[in-house]
Amino acid sequence: MTPPSPLPDADELKPPPLSDAGRHLLSISDLGAEGIEEVLRVSDAFVEVASRPIPKVPALRGRTVVTLFAEESTRTRLSFETAAKRLSADVLSFAVASSSVKKGESLRDTVETVAAMGVDAFIVRHPSAGAPAQVAGWVDATVINAGDGWHEHPTQALLDCYTIRQVLAERAGRPVSESGVGDFAGLRVAIVGDVAHSRVARSGVLAFAALGAEVTLVAPGSLVPPSLEGWPVTGVSHDLDAVLPHVDVCYLLRLQTERGAGSFLPSIREYTAGYGLTLRRAGLLADGALVMHPGPMNRGVEIADEVADLPRSLVLRQVANGVAVRMAVLFLLLGQVVRGDATGTVADLGHGYGPVDG
Amino acid sequence: MAERERRLTPPRGGVFVPRVQVLAPEDVQRAITRIAHEIVERNRGLDDVVVIGLQTGGVPLAFRLAQVLEEMEATTVPVGMLDVAFYRDDIGIRPVLAEAITAIPCDLAGQLVILVDDVLFTGRTVRAALNALADYGRARAVQLAVMVDRGHRELPVRPDYVGKNMPTRLDEQVDVSLDGVVLGDVVAR
Repeated sequence: MTPPSPLPDADELKPPPLSDAGRHLLSISDLGAEGIEEVLRVSDAFVEVASRPIPKVPALRGRTVVTLFAEESTRTRLSFETAAKRLSADVLSFAVASSSVKKGESLRDTVETVAAMGVDAFIVRHPSAGAPAQVAGWVDATVINAGDGWHEHPTQALLDCYTIRQVLAERAGRPVSESGVGDFAGLRVAIVGDVAHSRVARSGVLAFAALGAEVTLVAPGSLVPPSLEGWPVTGVSHDLDAVLPHVDVCYLLRLQTERGAGSFLPSIREYTAGYGLTLRRAGLLADGALVMHPGPMNRGVEIADEVADLPRSLVLRQVANGVAVRMAVLFLLLGQVVRGDATGTVADLGHGYGPVDG
Repeated sequence: MAERERRLTPPRGGVFVPRVQVLAPEDVQRAITRIAHEIVERNRGLDDVVVIGLQTGGVPLAFRLAQVLEEMEATTVPVGMLDVAFYRDDIGIRPVLAEAITAIPCDLAGQLVILVDDVLFTGRTVRAALNALADYGRARAVQLAVMVDRGHRELPVRPDYVGKNMPTRLDEQVDVSLDGVVLGDVVAR
């Protein structure tokens, strides 16, 4: 083991971006390249925490986090709850389907009721785009978007970036903690499938592009958003076979039949024939190209059974990293909050900052 | 006080203005050598000894100390680094520090951990470090080595090995590196 490289001069140190960008994570555009890099760097520390005999730290002891999910979810909800618990926060789980919303209470009243119990963060998933932003306007707590309609799913994009960075660092044989985001410069990413209905696609495009990657959308015309204004993509293709040999990352999206994707297609089989990553198509990928999928996978639709289980498929690794990345997000958003009522010698020294050594 | 901590000075980042050089580079080396001898003497050798440096100021000292111990006893000494940002008791009182790498080289159960830091001040970092170490296994014992003990303890913490006892004012800053120990102030930019 060698000592780490010396830290940069004070002049080069920048303020932590998340603390100034706001207390909420509603969109990848809240973060910018700097904020994304900060999250990835902090995630490294939490990946290390996960490898410990006791993978839990007391960083958010006494904080309360509510998961407010108005849509079904397995991985995102469990991932956020695991992340919060590993930070020692108290987690309240709130499923809209089995709540007073069913009795006719409005979302606003419900949220304000929960907030009145003393909550530090809301993790919101909702079928309507913009719902987390609305919640952020109603309460003083931090709000994290865990997926809103067709809009965004920022933590998914962050964990995808983390996974790519981790794999590329491993291939280059260097510790991931020494990787900045330089590996993303010029990285060719194809986002394939139901782009129109996918919040993962929107967040992914914003994040990959912010870090310098070249993003191509591959989808049937009916599943490309009507306007690509504000989407920093380098191109749109309708021919997956032509794109596959030239990409470093093939990112497959789930066909969102529950949002009506089926009605934009002649048939699911035709979609698979044109845009599914079959074993034959996987053979077109360059050596070392990565296959990613945000889950849940429709095996046999957008991804073939055999491809999902190939070594180059990172699906389970994405899930594993999800916990660490969400820990980083929670820690950066809640750990930075300076509570008004907090007292202690550190804050009382009078010269504005506290002793930190020893 | 290490560089990254200075970021916290208002309005985000301060500049360390040195006033007095307290220890020369050779003095720091001598102190490390003396501490190494004290460790060997007190523990009758280096059986099960693991050296852990606290991020960020303690890490270079820990690596140097481990190197001296290895040369002295012709054995290998595992050395690691620990960041205690997640264990601090001032989360919520002031912004947290960006964290640094934690790398513990082995299971600490039954080991004798020498915790190394640059400056012992309030004792809160050490408190956090002891909690963090407990998550890596039950060490047989933990001993604390610091280059500078500047006083002003707020917790019942006592070092086992000290490079230099140095009375300070609360608002002074102590800068420790292998290039020496400097007393000065942090001035907001």
